[in-house]
Amino acid sequence: MTVSPAPAEAMLAKAQGPRRERAPRGMSGARAHGLAAITAIYLLWSLVPVAVVVLFSFNAGRSRSTWQGFSMRWYTWDPDGSVINDESIRNALTHTVLLAVIATAITVPLGVLFALALDRWRGRLPAGANFLALITFVIPEIALAIGLLFMVTYLATPFGLGTTAQIVGLVTFQLAYPIVICRARLLTISAHYEEAARDLGATALGAVRRVILPMLFPAILVSAILVFADVLDNFVIVRYLSSDASTETTSMRIYQVARAAPTPALNAMATIILVVSTLVIVVGWLLYRRWSKRQGESTDIRSFAGNL
Amino acid sequence: MPDRTSRFIWPVLGLPGMVWIALFFLVPLYVVFCVTFGTVDPIFRSPVPAWNPMEWQFEQVAVVWDRLVGPNNFYLPPVLRTLLYVVVAVVACMIIAFPVAYFTARYAGRHRALILALLVAPFWISYMMRMLAWINLLQPDGLVNFIITLGGIIPLEVNWLSGNPFTVVMGLIYGYVPYMLLPLFAALDRISPSLIEAGRDLGASGFELFRRVILPMSVPGVVAGTLLIALPMMGDYFTSDMLSKSPSTSMIGNLINLSIATPGQSGQAGALLILVLLVLLAPMIWYTRSNMKSEVRS
Repeated sequence: MTVSPAPAEAMLAKAQGPRRERAPRGMSGARAHGLAAITAIYLLWSLVPVAVVVLFSFNAGRSRSTWQGFSMRWYTWDPDGSVINDESIRNALTHTVLLAVIATAITVPLGVLFALALDRWRGRLPAGANFLALITFVIPEIALAIGLLFMVTYLATPFGLGTTAQIVGLVTFQLAYPIVICRARLLTISAHYEEAARDLGATALGAVRRVILPMLFPAILVSAILVFADVLDNFVIVRYLSSDASTETTSMRIYQVARAAPTPALNAMATIILVVSTLVIVVGWLLYRRWSKRQGESTDIRSFAGNL
Repeated sequence: MPDRTSRFIWPVLGLPGMVWIALFFLVPLYVVFCVTFGTVDPIFRSPVPAWNPMEWQFEQVAVVWDRLVGPNNFYLPPVLRTLLYVVVAVVACMIIAFPVAYFTARYAGRHRALILALLVAPFWISYMMRMLAWINLLQPDGLVNFIITLGGIIPLEVNWLSGNPFTVVMGLIYGYVPYMLLPLFAALDRISPSLIEAGRDLGASGFELFRRVILPMSVPGVVAGTLLIALPMMGDYFTSDMLSKSPSTSMIGNLINLSIATPGQSGQAGALLILVLLVLLAPMIWYTRSNMKSEVRS
């Protein structure tokens, strides 16, 4: 999550520069091959198990370890077990996506405004708030979840456990993403742009809206996608703050039944969420590339991984 | 020409975020303290939070403390186990992540973007789905047992999924290693090729180059990665629940999770949580401050 400190010019130079020429000159090929083999084995270990989950969602039988032929049974036609016919699975899917949409819609504007404020507002108060926001990044999620659970349970909050509490928890946990990503981008946007806008007669708010925000758009897009994808997969917060079966998400569903004797419908449900997040990421990545190319910003995939 | 609006616009923009953090981060943490240092209703067994710090009592903490170091210290094994698991998993993550990150940073060439995308992929695959994958593979009749018994010929069937510490640690490594890989990659990628060239021109052998140039320059990435995986692992209960579901592999997170689920034990869950936070406070603050400094420096 190191905030990239490179000014725009340097990033531009890097993007155009001879990146590919870092080939292993004079390096023993054997070592590179060894490292390549390790990397390949790692990637297989990392991704093949997940591919097996996806594969067995198409199994014709009930087994999740013996292949019995291809079928869409667990997605569509199985009378009570398929994704379409099992109400709890359907509900988990819609609730998960609902939480992701609402939490993203709240987190991103909140974080972007906060990042804009932190960029110009100096002092102890904003520094302290920034510090707290960054702490939510590294504090174990269980602390945040239990804190909110206790607050909702023992304080007279206007909302109880359930969807609202889940969204509040998710927004709090995700707020650091837009803050960190937008601040990193703001640091590379020179203050001259804003000053020029002001000299040309824009109000402070007008300069933000018409000059800074458009330049910030790629960063906003990236944080929205990261928040969305991360919320889809959240488990700890949504579980502690859920009320009953109607606020169950897909992660909770997997946790509930994975060790019992689930059917491949569970695999099908997990696969659907994977497809949703992959689609969002791919579409977002294409949009991001278009936008940042227009602005001459570096399009390294790392900026897409949350500047980790 | 600083007009009135320009002075107030920034605090106004930041206000909603600050209020949100105060309401939903600071207040909940305070409530955890009030519940932990409160009492338990003797009849209903429900916690009675003490809102006034002057009235804080330490019964719940004493109960937890007694279970940690008293004669009947059944909390101690999970705590020690957590430390052991986390240390083993972090070291294993380093060993796995280093060659992969190093290869991607220096030798991946034209496959670089693809490999990076694959390294990042686990970030958007749900953790629970990744654990589900291993539950499927490690079933008694699953693929892993099929391979090690050579299809049932050798009677080597292993019981992977109930109380096997090896499985839980493997699950932790599998779950968290991507978070080690990325900061490490970022650190290694920052090493300029000309620096390595200079080292070689000055007569450093491959090993010396690694030890005296690459390793020292990878330290920030290793430290960031270690914190990024060790901190959440300290509160992890679901990896052990998914892959073992046995008290013999329970971690601190499991103790907290079980106390939450048991009526009247909220205060004990809070006390355990505060204990974890106290241990993690220094690394959390250190990491956050170093991130803030790197922002300011630019």
